[in-house]
Formats: sequence, structure tokens, C-alpha cells
Amino acid sequence: MAARRAAKKTNVSGEELTQFYRDMLLIRRFEEKAGQLYGMGLIGGFCHLYIGQEAVVVGLEAAAEEGDKRITSYRDHGHMLACGMDANGVMAELTGRAGGYSKGKGGSMHMFSKEKHFYGGHGIVGAQVPLGAGLAFADKYRDNGRVTFTYFGDGAANQGQVYETFNMAALWKLPVIFVIENNQYAMGTAQMRSTSTKDIYHRGEAFGIEGEMVDGMDVLAVKDAGERAVTHCRKGKGPYILEVKTYRYRGHSMSDPAKYRTREEVQKMREERDAIENVRQMILEGKHATEEQLKTIDKEIKAVVNASADFAKESPLPDTSELWTDIYA
Amino acid sequence: MATQILMPALSPTMEEGTLAKWLVKEGDTVQSGDILAEIETDKATMEFEAVDEGVIGKILIAEGTENVAVNTAIAILAEDGEDIAQLEAPQASDAGNEAAPLASEAPASAAAARNSAPEPDTSPDWPEGTQLKQQTVREALRDAMAEEMRSDEDVFIMGEEVAEYQGAYKVSQGLLDEFGSKRVIDTPITEHGFAGIGVGAAFGGLKPIVEFMTFNFAMQAIDQIINSAAKTLYMSGGQMGAQMVFRGPNGAAARVGAQHSQDYAAWYAQIPGLKVVMPYSASDAKGLLKSAIRDPNPVIFLENEILYGRSFDVPVLDDFTVPFGKARIWREGSDVTLVSFGIGVQYALDAAEKLAAEGISAEVIDLRTLRPIDYDTVIASVMKTNRCVTVEEGWPVSSIGNHLSATIMERAFDYLDAPVINCTGKDVPMPYAANLEKLALVTTDDVIAAVKHVTYR
Repeated sequence: MAARRAAKKTNVSGEELTQFYRDMLLIRRFEEKAGQLYGMGLIGGFCHLYIGQEAVVVGLEAAAEEGDKRITSYRDHGHMLACGMDANGVMAELTGRAGGYSKGKGGSMHMFSKEKHFYGGHGIVGAQVPLGAGLAFADKYRDNGRVTFTYFGDGAANQGQVYETFNMAALWKLPVIFVIENNQYAMGTAQMRSTSTKDIYHRGEAFGIEGEMVDGMDVLAVKDAGERAVTHCRKGKGPYILEVKTYRYRGHSMSDPAKYRTREEVQKMREERDAIENVRQMILEGKHATEEQLKTIDKEIKAVVNASADFAKESPLPDTSELWTDIYA
Repeated sequence: MATQILMPALSPTMEEGTLAKWLVKEGDTVQSGDILAEIETDKATMEFEAVDEGVIGKILIAEGTENVAVNTAIAILAEDGEDIAQLEAPQASDAGNEAAPLASEAPASAAAARNSAPEPDTSPDWPEGTQLKQQTVREALRDAMAEEMRSDEDVFIMGEEVAEYQGAYKVSQGLLDEFGSKRVIDTPITEHGFAGIGVGAAFGGLKPIVEFMTFNFAMQAIDQIINSAAKTLYMSGGQMGAQMVFRGPNGAAARVGAQHSQDYAAWYAQIPGLKVVMPYSASDAKGLLKSAIRDPNPVIFLENEILYGRSFDVPVLDDFTVPFGKARIWREGSDVTLVSFGIGVQYALDAAEKLAAEGISAEVIDLRTLRPIDYDTVIASVMKTNRCVTVEEGWPVSSIGNHLSATIMERAFDYLDAPVINCTGKDVPMPYAANLEKLALVTTDDVIAAVKHVTYR
């Protein structure tokens, strides 16, 4: 494993830290609320929560510029909030209402925003990887300097199409950043039981793709690595792999009894490595904000999340005529 | 303020469960994420976490209680400092009932049109007096792509051997020279991957033509075609879709065995979100491919290797297109309607010619597109001839012919003087031996026999 690069913590401003805190907390509170609404039967079907992994998207979004694209799997709520999509629209999609991003027709796993360059929201493990390379293909075709963040998990990293894509992305020097969100469990199968190599990003070497391991519980390290990846892509050097080691506190989906890992393992991660708590400590230790000020932020976030839940409950069901729309353009 | 902790739904189908064990007791302080209880569903025992922080005020449902309905209040959570003793057990919550079920609504049905004679669009494909030239299907396809690439910078072609090799079947001959390697792209042999990259490029606003060397290999890419290309417009509530064409030869060639000889028409025609084209003639190949490239939806364009070298009249026009959903009547007749598409049209036309010699007048309809299908032309014809035989190369089960039979039964039942017969490929994998292969395919003789059956000759 390449040495983990320590983030340049000295260069970070209090303002930036506070923004990270705010963005990560929004995702966590939003997901907790989604879990709650699921428990109440307001959200149905599959619902994959992002709790624990917040630093990954928040760190990488800090490295992105306007016009850059992003695409991910079905564990997508965090990505949407991080790229600036509206919490109301996301929550209303979770409840299957007309006010949702897909008018209630997509659900938790299928949301999109052309405006925020968010291309889904894909339910088939690994399928978003060639799609992301295709978005990058379009950018290269237009020579517009944009990059595409293509997120997938350690589970998806064993899909054949990922390596088909690595090959073409390297061959055609596509400006795509492959972000492997390694939360260490492919649903219920630990990485060591599913994956022949310890460090997945090494697999890029077979295709001549540079990559690195990143501490995904450290938002500053993620941002730092994201900037290196973005610079690499924008220089026309082709794809780059970031294997971001992270951890999901909740089950794979809502109906996961989580017998494949111990409660102690989860608890230890939450207590020792939690990304939000880490930033909170940095803010307090650096005297960038007081406890009181952070509490105010907490309250603001809670208000945003509660408002999104209210919106998602009050938004009407899609009109029955919507059954027949959007099949053809 | 105190909040109720409700019995959670822990799976998509859970309606009630057993509160197996409480892991907290009244008076305990809990943080968000702490495990409160173990709950047994029909599938597993699950841990139930706290969402909010606070103090467990009252436990309302004792551990070991079975059949606790989802959304029943099971405990009360007090905020720090709140007086627990004051808390009252609430009435059962009805929070879960907010999501009213969708009102059921009958889908738009063909029933409305039942038994009313349709008036299909019978306008000619090109104006009378237009100059015609003989051209092969292969040349017509290439001209269609070249014309569209000249007029739209966003159109490009990718696939195996499309560029330097000039196309495995020479359909893309000359395109690399004219448009360069940026727009005519050789891919590695990796259908799943490059189909996905094509769909992604379409999401990004380009208009890809993805060539499969044959559609047999598109099986590797079927997930990207259906789950990504066909469904995204719907799943995104209309925000984004994939304007693109998947094209290549489909169906049996000759003596290439089971894995390389299959007609996918009925497979793709089943998918809402796709458009499906299967031309027979060169003019249709050209006009329909130009329409396909301009269509804002993903289009499956099924060609045929045997037809590539066949020549037909093609109109000499600056911009000749053929619309989707408009069948072509190759031959008018009064005794029986033959409906086909792709190379099946050849069998139908040959049969019609031989039947004419025996005094049976067959009308031959070429559907040209299978999604949308021009039902009206078929129904109008069947109402005139009162008999119908369908002809296709694909397998018999869930075939296009099956679907047409059902539609004819719904819309023209009273007009039928005989059951509709579906002539199809035989229900076997394609054999290699020359004699067996011949038997496996649909033949002109099959069509003639079916017509004699429905005309009681």
C-alpha cells in the first residue's frame, strides 16, 4: 500500500472546516431521517443509507469545479446532497411523491439532476462505471476540460465491466476519476472474502492507470487526493483511481441484519474514526467556532432535514397520468 | 418535547414483527445510532437503532411481544431534562397511513378501437417521379450514417473494426477517411464496456451510433441497453435519456451455428423505452437509419447480413427519411394478408409470387419498425382479406407473430375467416449441417402451406 498522504491540515481555513462540518452533518441527519421515514412505512422498497461515508463525497466535491460531472450507484443520497441538489426534492423522491427529482418514478436508487450534473442513481452494481467513462468521453470529444467523478464500491470493483472500462479509459485517456468507495463490505461479504487483492486501486496498474489509497474518514485527505486526481485528468493524462477507505455504519440496505460484522467493530469505528466528529474536534481545537456556534449549525441542519421530511410527506402522489409519460422523448 | 418510538418496518415487505429484546431500559440516555432493541421479522432478527438522542421515558411494549404492527408506538423518548413521570402512553399512531395507495386506473387500451376500421397512412415514401438508383443495403446504410455525420457534429460511430478495417461487413467503409478517428472509433472487443460508454456519451449529449459486429454479441451488453439506455428517461422523470442507435446484423447468416444465428426482434420489441427497426430494402435501410440517428430515443436497428449485398431502388434525394411506425405494402392483394419484416419479407414476397400463379392474391406488408408497430395498416388489410399469416425468422414462442395475432383477435375478430398462422423459425437452436439449417429456418414453402391452410385450399 502506498503511504497514506497526510492532509495539509495547516492550510485549511476555519471557514472551510465549518463548511465540511455542515455538509457532512446534512448528509448524516438526512439519512437518519430517511431511516426513520422508512421505519414509518413512508419510504418503501430498497433504501441504502450513506451514514459513515460522508467524508468521501464532501471531500471530493470540494475538489470539483462547476461543470464537472458525477455518477454513482444506488447508495446515492449523500452524493446528491453534496453536489447541491435540494434536500426536499431528494426526500420527496424517497417517499415517491410528485415533488421528487424524478417525479416519484425513480425512487431512492434513481435520481438525476441535469442542472447539478448528477447522472444517477444506478441500481445495477457496476453499470455506472462505463456510463461514467462515457460522460468523460463526451467531455473529451468536446474538449471542454471537465472531469467526471465515477463512484463505485469495493463490491462493484469485481464486476467485469469495470475492467473493460479501465482499459478503454486508459486507451483513450478519458478524463474520469474512478472513486472506489471501499466500505469494506460488499453487501454482507467482507473484502478479504470477495477480492483477491488487498488494495483494489493496484488493479489500475495493469491498465497503466495511476491511483492511490485515501483515508476516507478524513475529509481533508479526501479533498487533497481529489485535487491531485482532478489535476491529473485536466492535464489530459487520462483516468485516475482513488480508493477511498471508508465505513458504512448502517446495513447494506434497510433489511440487513448485519450478522457479518460485530457490533464492537461498528462501534469502534464510530467512536474512533468518525469523520464528522474529527472535523468537529478540529474546529473546536483550532477555535474556529465555539460549541455554541456548532450547536446553532446542528439546529439549522435539523431544520433543513425536518423541512425536507415535511415536504416529502405533504407533496402529492404523482398524478396517475404520469404512468404513461417519459417513456419516449 | 417527547417523541414516540414506533415499531419500524425493517424490510420492504414487513407488516408486523416480534419485539424480541430491549437493549435499553427506562431512564437510559441514548445517542443517535445506539441499538435500542432487537426485532424479529419473518426473515431475520434485526437491531433497531435510535434516530434521535434523548432519554428512554417509557417502554410501551414489553420484550417478547409478538405480532407488533409496524408503526405501533413501542417507547417514548424524552428530551434531556424532561420529566419522565409526566409522559403518557399515546394513542396508536397513524403516521404510516399517510401514503395512500395509488388509485388504480385502467391503462389506455386498444379496446376503444375494437372493430372500427382504421385509416392507415398510405402516402408514398417518396414523391412520384423522383429519380431512383440501384444501391445495395450496405451502401444505403453507409450513406445514411455519412449524411447524418456531415450534418451533426455530435454523431459518431464506435464499434469493433468500424474504422481501419472499414467495418467487419464493410458497412462503415470510407467513414474513417471522411470523418477521422475522433468520430469513427475502433473499440476493443468488449461489448458490455463500450455499449455502456456509448450510453454514457449519450447522457452527456452526444449521439452515438454503436455498432455490434453482430447482435449476438449484444447479449454481453444487454444490461446497458435495457437498464441504462431504455429506462433512464422514465427513471429520471424526463430529465435525461439516451439519443443513440445500436445497430448491426441480426438473425441467421449461413452455416455459422447456434451462437451466431439468432433473431432478436421480439426480444427488443418487448422493451418500453426502446424503438426497434428492422428494414428489408435499401431505401428503408437508408431512410430509417437517418430517422433513427435523429430520434431522441435509443433505437435498436436490426440489419441482416444476407441482405447487405442485395440491391434495391433508392430515391435520389438530398435528405430522404422514412418515419417510424409506418408499414410498407409491397404488394396489394385480396385473399390473404402476409405480415413480415426484415428478411422475412423476402419469403413473403416469393410466396406471394408463387401463390399468384395458383390464383391466390396475397397482400404483403413490411412492418419496417417493430416499436412502434403500424397496427392500423395490418388491421385494415385483415379486414379486407379476412385472413392473415405472419412471417419471421425468430423463434415461435413470444414472437412478433404471436403479438400480432393477439392484436388482430382484439381488433378484428369478427373479420377473421380462419385462425392467424405464425410462420417462424423452428423451435431449435440453429444447427450447423446444411440440410438441418435449411429445415430450421422459415421458408417460402412454409408460408405457402400456411396460406393454403387459412384459405382452405
